[in-house]
Amino acid sequence: MIVHAKFSALGESRWYEYLVRFVLGGLTTMVAGVVADLYGPQMGGLFLAFPAIFCASATLIEKHERQRKKERGVAGQRRGTDAAALDASGAALGGIGLAAFALAVWLLAPEYGLASLVIGSIAWILVSVTGWRLHQEIRHSR
Amino acid sequence: MNYVVRFVAGGLIVSAFAILGDVLRPKSFAGLFAAAPSIALATLTMATYKEGSAYVSIEGRSMILGAVALSLYCVVVCQLHMRFRFSAVTATGSSLVLWLVMALGFKQILIG
Repeated sequence: MIVHAKFSALGESRWYEYLVRFVLGGLTTMVAGVVADLYGPQMGGLFLAFPAIFCASATLIEKHERQRKKERGVAGQRRGTDAAALDASGAALGGIGLAAFALAVWLLAPEYGLASLVIGSIAWILVSVTGWRLHQEIRHSR
Repeated sequence: MNYVVRFVAGGLIVSAFAILGDVLRPKSFAGLFAAAPSIALATLTMATYKEGSAYVSIEGRSMILGAVALSLYCVVVCQLHMRFRFSAVTATGSSLVLWLVMALGFKQILIG
């Protein structure tokens, strides 16, 4: 399956949906900071992987897929749920990549400081994409 | 002031990754961006300046456990969609408790 960009998908989102994600992202970042300030970095670190954004994204993906089917005169409930499931399966692989990001930060931050975040981001994308490719290969070989 | 900067930085980075997720296809690939290190990049950049690298390293160690919990959480959400046809709100919302229990449990067992 070829990865590509579909820029027309941007037109499916309303302005307030972008605002909701901005506010939710900001609030989650703030809460992660408050938790770290109150209970220390060990507890704060856990909340850097809190799935608040995933919840919002999954809900929007389901809604957009339903709307798309509705416009074509088809009941889209099932397709909406299927799209949300696909998003969740990708996010599960992205979560493994996120663990690789965190591992890089844990091991490299004391020596490399901010550069550890860059290395961690590269580790995230490499592990996530490799995991996704392997998952695709396994699915198609069955 | 510190929290306002966190809010704006977090909101901007999360929005950028969300737009990437909206645009990319297939959907399973776009899903990778739902688990992007958006909150972490905003928080850890600020923490590096404010608290130092040792503090950031400790956060990174705990984040590994949070990320493993996130991955398992997503597997559960996917199964709730596929097997029980739960809506996105119900599946993601009801499973949040599971993420919290797993993340805190892993931390308690592995870090203390």
